[in-house]
Formats: sequence, structure tokens, C-alpha cells
Amino acid sequence: MNFIDKPGKLRGFEKNIKVEKVSRRSILKGLGVTGGFVLAAPVMTRQAFAYETGAGKMPHGVVVDPRVFVAVAPDGTVTILAHRSEMGTGVRTSLPLIVAEEMEADWSKVRVQQAHGDEVKFGNQDTDGSRSTRHYLIPMRQIGASARTMLEQAAAKRWNVPATEVKAVNHEVVHSASGRKLGFGELAADAAKESVPSIEGLKLKDPKDFRYLGKGQVSIVDLHDITTGKARYGADVRLPGMKYAVIARPPVTGGKLTSFDPDAALKVSGVEKVMKVQGWPWPSKFQPLGGVAVIARNTGAAIKGRDALKLVWDDGANGRYNSVAYRKDLEEASRKPGLVVRREGDADAALKTADKVVTGEYYLPHLAHVSMEPPVAVADVKGDKAEIWAPVQSPGGTREDVAKTLGIPEANVTVNVTLLGGGFGRKSKCDFALEAALLSKELGAPVKVQWTREDDLHHDFLHTVSVERIEAGLDKDGKVIAWRHRSVAPTIASTFAAGANHAAAFELGMGLVDMPFEIANISCENPEAAAFTRIGWFRSVSNIPRAFAVQSMVGEIANATGRDQKETLLALIGSPRIVKPNVKDLWNYGEPYDSYPIDTARLRKVVELVAEKGEWGRQVPKGHGLGIAVHRSFVSYIATIVEVAVDDKGKLSVPRVDTAIDCGTYVNPERIASQIEGAAIMGLSLAKYGAVTFKDGKVQQKNFDDFQVVRMDEAPLVTNVHIVPPAPDTPPSGVGEPGVPPFAPALMNAIFAATGKRIRALPIGKQLEA
Amino acid sequence: MIKVKINGQEQSWDGDPDLPLLWFLRDEAGLTGTKFGCGQALCGACTVIVDKEAVRSCITSINDVAGREVTTIEGLHPDGDHPVQKAWRQVNVPQCGFCQAGQIMQAAALLMENPKPSHDQIREAMAGNICRCGCYQRIENAVHLASTGV
Repeated sequence: MNFIDKPGKLRGFEKNIKVEKVSRRSILKGLGVTGGFVLAAPVMTRQAFAYETGAGKMPHGVVVDPRVFVAVAPDGTVTILAHRSEMGTGVRTSLPLIVAEEMEADWSKVRVQQAHGDEVKFGNQDTDGSRSTRHYLIPMRQIGASARTMLEQAAAKRWNVPATEVKAVNHEVVHSASGRKLGFGELAADAAKESVPSIEGLKLKDPKDFRYLGKGQVSIVDLHDITTGKARYGADVRLPGMKYAVIARPPVTGGKLTSFDPDAALKVSGVEKVMKVQGWPWPSKFQPLGGVAVIARNTGAAIKGRDALKLVWDDGANGRYNSVAYRKDLEEASRKPGLVVRREGDADAALKTADKVVTGEYYLPHLAHVSMEPPVAVADVKGDKAEIWAPVQSPGGTREDVAKTLGIPEANVTVNVTLLGGGFGRKSKCDFALEAALLSKELGAPVKVQWTREDDLHHDFLHTVSVERIEAGLDKDGKVIAWRHRSVAPTIASTFAAGANHAAAFELGMGLVDMPFEIANISCENPEAAAFTRIGWFRSVSNIPRAFAVQSMVGEIANATGRDQKETLLALIGSPRIVKPNVKDLWNYGEPYDSYPIDTARLRKVVELVAEKGEWGRQVPKGHGLGIAVHRSFVSYIATIVEVAVDDKGKLSVPRVDTAIDCGTYVNPERIASQIEGAAIMGLSLAKYGAVTFKDGKVQQKNFDDFQVVRMDEAPLVTNVHIVPPAPDTPPSGVGEPGVPPFAPALMNAIFAATGKRIRALPIGKQLEA
Repeated sequence: MIKVKINGQEQSWDGDPDLPLLWFLRDEAGLTGTKFGCGQALCGACTVIVDKEAVRSCITSINDVAGREVTTIEGLHPDGDHPVQKAWRQVNVPQCGFCQAGQIMQAAALLMENPKPSHDQIREAMAGNICRCGCYQRIENAVHLASTGV
């Protein structure tokens, strides 16, 4: 905890972070100097808590030091650092709220300040994988408890009474025996001198005394600024003398510039300069693609200038990428044996002797993130120092990559994290910040690189494209005795290493080898697939195609056996148990399996809860249908029921969605609801429209007219969210991503119930119109 | 020289008359509350009110609004307490928040034209504004709340 004695003025974009009276500089001053208690190690011990998480194994682990995260000013204002990126999940509110809860701070006197990218100082900052709450619930509680203890110790000394006699209550420390009270502000200077208590000795609050956690009564800290236009996103950063740039990039991944003619562009009013941008060969992780930048006095002029450029490209080897042909390749690969990644019993033999085999081949095309804020970054590079302002999910990674790209020490790079206008995994890749850094270095001036929507669609790190083929063998009684699932898709690893043709462990663990059904003979296979474009994380990642396939197959089995979907699903899940897949080094979202096992009791519970609350089996009007799906991802359990209505022209609408989520111990149920409501929209978008396609290596879609997403007039009329109350000591689990995967299969099962049509290839497009 | 009144203040521009109003607002006038989402009037993130009409500033040139009154999110209400803004906060509409200025301006324009829209009318009027986070249910409820008294 820091004591701030000289309130100062903030600089630049940081004005938006509502710390008007607190100097960021003075907060930071104390950190490096007094940081002797930085614990870059796992801190969740079995003695203190009933579970462990994988937080300590993330790069740079966890830092639990109140002096890093908390500052108290003499007027009582408590400043809490948010070290994870805010992209709409509410994490910039939720994590500081945990600190405030445990520290007994009054939330109305708390100011949240965004941390810059520095993982040595703050611990891991990669805001992805639906990890923030599950990795930081306990550390943030410990930070808050440490700060509270220091304030209590300071008060006890002031009154010369034992520390056990004083207690922090709502922004004051109270000595009830004498009725004395001191506000946090009055104690701040003394508390800062107290030593930081040991983690092991900390007393955490009894959850029954929580004022904020689990209640859902606190709105996000940026709410007022968002509704008044004051919230600052990446694009809103303005620096004196800043230039505006847009870049023409190679239309084919791995392509190169052959020649260009800048003359017409330079004649455009407002254009100041045209320059080449360094590119890296493909694949090279997040390094820029290269191309030609147009520098102007405003973005509009830069775009107009770019339109006037004459460019000749060499498309290179990926110019042969065609989505129609590639789909056939994937389908063919799925029909032949592939690398076996899970085997129990003998699925091949059991399929041969099965009474009936139900086969489904499910196709899901590339998807683009299209966050409403296209990629954008501001850089100011002076000599061997660089300052970046950008909406990045990975501030620490961005800092590393900027340093490497410019060839300067990491310590010379400052990454300021703005609000993210959506992320969905796209902004885990910092290529746009690297472009800005390169341009600023060459220009010798601050520069903003703005991607247009067309740039965003043409140069995304796309969600993969996949064929999932499942064959389920049934015995005479309709019981599933064999399950063979072949998953074929270019891997994210191909963006890091040339020639990566098989799924990485983390991709296999997302709905393929962690399949929870109780079936005697299981074979999960991963045939090869080559990549021809940049593949990246998209919200929920491989869980989307896997849940689509597996849960559609449940609907197909229900149909083949004439049974109810929900009963079929529960029969497949089988007995309440801990699933132990026969998989070498099963990837479990980076979490220890003991804390986060695949627990079919919890899986069954969300199915039963959604069935009850969502009135499974209710009578629906003609042309309507109900579908159900369940999926465990990011170590949470989620079940969804979709009611669909399909009219006689094949136009579909969604009158009602119900989702039950078991995400363990939670912080803010109101934000959980918003994430799940949004996941239904994203699920419906990808089901109805989601497809990025390639012709001759080039993305064919340009903007929201040909890469459509759901709009309000087609959104579900109602999405009900039902949260499973956690049992004591249940570890927290993911919320941001798990809502998406079950939506599409629940919708497909509902469409089948409504129309008898089984859709196995997404998007739905015009398939219902036939 | 093009003159335009923005949030009650007269501003002038002697550059390219075809410059989209969006970029004039954001880069020249420093009013960054209005957002760039698509540049083709497909997403509504750049919505402002010109006189009394919701307009997509990304395809409206500065010349098109010469002599007219432009209201951006910054000028909707001096304290940010327009009924639509208050309703947005009561309903906790935003997730990432990036599209919300455009959504709010569209909703404010809708209520000027139709103070008591039905749910269907709200859904239709707001269909030009994309929210990738998927806040639609709350947007609909907030517009309804704003129309019935916050």
C-alpha cells in the first residue's frame, strides 16, 4: 500500500481513469523501491484454501503485494490498480472490487487505475482464456486483507492497544472497547510504514460478511464515462504532433510488395507522406505483415490517400488458398484415420459390430472477431525509448514484442492500456502496436495506426476452419457403445511455427479429448491440416466447433432412437463421477485437475437446472422448436435451451434463450448475466452468418454487409441466465467464453425439432429456405 | 471555408470538403466520443444528430453539414443526464462500451421523433447499430425505460 502525499495532475489519456487527485507518478515511485514483498510465485496454498489454480504457472505468475496494487490518499481516496485489460467482461471493476471488499474499503471512495504493461511488477496480465477471476479471486482477496491488516496495525499502534482489539469496518478502523475510530485516510501514512503481513497469517473475511462479492449491485467503473463519450479507447488517444496512418497490407498472408506508386496518394489533401512498412515472413507470431503506410493529418485523409495508391503485390504460396476446395480436403481427411489422441476400449471394432451407426460431419468456416473497435494503436518512439497506447489484451506481451521489434530494452518500453472496444481474442495479438512503433520510429513523431473494418476482416488472426466427424455406434437398445470423433482444423500453432499440422494440446483439450460421455469405446483422432492464413484465438476457440459437433450428435442420436434430447444427453453423460480421459498430459485450461476435474455431477446439474428454469418440454407453437446443449469449457459448466421459430419462408427467429451456468464461486452475477446474454448473440451470429472465405488467398468479405453479425431486430427476445449457487470452496471458473459454444448446437437441435432439418454446416445462411 | 455548429460551438474547416464528418469530429475537433466502426454506414458506431436526425458521420461529408447543427455524445446533455443516458446506466447496458455512443445518439433521435415507441419500433429503429458484445436486450429495455420516464 502506498501513501500519496502530493496529489498531482495526470497526463495524457490517463485522465479518464478517474484518479483526479492522485498522481500516477507518485504511486509508481513507491513501487520499485519498496517492492521487497513481491511474490512471483503461486500463493494459493492448501493450508489456506481448499483448491489451487494454475495462476502461478502463467508467465510471471502472481504478485500479491498491497503496495503494488493499493494506494490510500490523506482524503481517504483508495486507488486500486486494475492490471488486466477491460474488453467488456467487467474485469476492471471486478478485480478491484475484490480488493475493496476484503480491505473494507467503501467502494464509493475507491478509484480504479489501469496498470501499464509490466508483468514483473504486476504478475501475469494476459487477459484471455477466461482466467481473470479464477486466477485472481484469491490473490486480490489477499492483497485487500494485507492492506486492511496494515491499516489495523497502524490504528492499534496509534491507540496503543493490541491489534486484535481493532477492526476495519467500511473505510474506518474501529476500537469498539473505547469507541474510537480513525478513517483510512487518517491512517494512510502510518499504515504505509507497516510491514506487509505474511500471506499465511492473513485472516480473510467470512463470505457471509461480504458487502459486494456475489451481490451484483455494483455497476462497472466506466459506466458514466461510456454513456457520456468520455471513456478512452485506443483510437481516442491524442498526442501533440501526432500523425495519422493507415496501411495497405499484402492481400494474401505471406505476400510481399513488388512495387508501388505514391504519386496520386501524395496529391490527396491532408496526406503528408507515403512510406514502406517492414514486414516479416509468414508465420512469425504477431509480427507485422508489412506494406505501405499513408501518413496524414487526419485518418480520413490517410484512408483517401491509401485508396489512391498504386500497389503491385507478389501473393506468394498462399495465393492458392481457396475455401471451397479446402473444405473438401478437410472432409476427406476426416474420413480417414488420423493421429489418435484419446483411446478407450476399441471404437473401431465396436463400430463394426454396432446395431446402428449414426454419423455426422460438421463444418464450421473461419470466423472473424470484428470487435466494434478495429485494431488501433498509438506509438511515440524517441531514440531507444518507446511509449505505446493501445487496446491490448496482453500488455506484458506487447511490451516484450515492441522491445524485440525495435531492438531496445524492455525496460525502455511503456505500454499504456486503454479500454478495449471489444477483444474476443483478436487483441491478444499486438501486431497493430508493432506497426505503430515501427512507423513512429521512422517518422520521429507520435503516430496512430488505425485499421479500417476492411483491414480487420482481411488481416485478422482468424478462428480456424474445421470438419468434425463423429460416428456413434448404438446397440440394440439404443445405448451408445462406440464414439469416434475426428477433428480436422488448421492449428493456432501454425501462426508460431511453419508446418504445424496437428492441433496443440490446448486445442485438443477444448471439447475433443475432454469429451465427458460415459461410453466404453472411444477414439478421438486428429488428422493433419495445413494452414494458409493466420489462425488465432477467437472467443471460446476450438470449443465452438467441438460443442457444435458433439451436441448436434446428441440431437441426432435422440432422433435415431426416438428419445427426448435432454434424456439422451443425460444418458450419455452417465453417472455422476470424475471423468478420467485416457489422454497423455490432458490439457485442462492450465488448471490442476484435482481442483478442476471434469465433474459429471456438475454437468448434469446445469442440464437439469436449465431444463427446469427453461421449461424443457413446454408446448410451443407450430413452427417453433426447442433445442438443448451442454458444454464444459474454461472449467465452467454451461447448458443452453434455445427456442427457435422458423416461418414458412425459412426465416428464423429466437423467441427465448435460457442458459444455466456453474462457474463456481463468483464475484459479479450481474456481469455474468451480461456475458451470457452477449454469448447468445455471438452464438447466433456465427450460426446464422459466420463465414470468412478465401479465393486465391484473399478474404472475400469486406465489411458488415458481407460479414454479417446479428442486429437488434433479430436478437433473441429474451435471454434468461440462471447461475448455479456455488458450494463452499468451489474454485471460480471462466465466464467470458463458455457461453458461446453450447448456443449453436442448441439452436441446431431446436431447428431440427421445429422443421425436421438437420443443419451440419454453418453458417445456416439460406439452408432453411430450400 | 466551411462553417458548422457542433454542440453549440461554431467550428470551421478549410481543408478537403469531402472529409467525412467523423474524422473532422475525431481528429480535427478532438471530439472522440463519436466512434469509427465500419466507415460504410453499416454499424452505427459513428451516429450523431444533425439538426434533429440521426446521421452516420462516417459517410456524411463536412460539406454536407455546412451551416447545420451537429450534436455528438459530448453535447447530448451538459451533465450526461439525458433520459437515454440515465436509462443506459440504470439498466447497466454496456459491456465494452465502444458502440454505445452511437446507440445512445440513435435512441435519442428515435425518442425525439417517437416519444413512446413500441418494443417492435425500438428494435427496428435500433437495427442499424451493431453491438458485437450483444447488449441488445438491455438496449431495448433502456430505450423503453427512457421513453416511460427514468
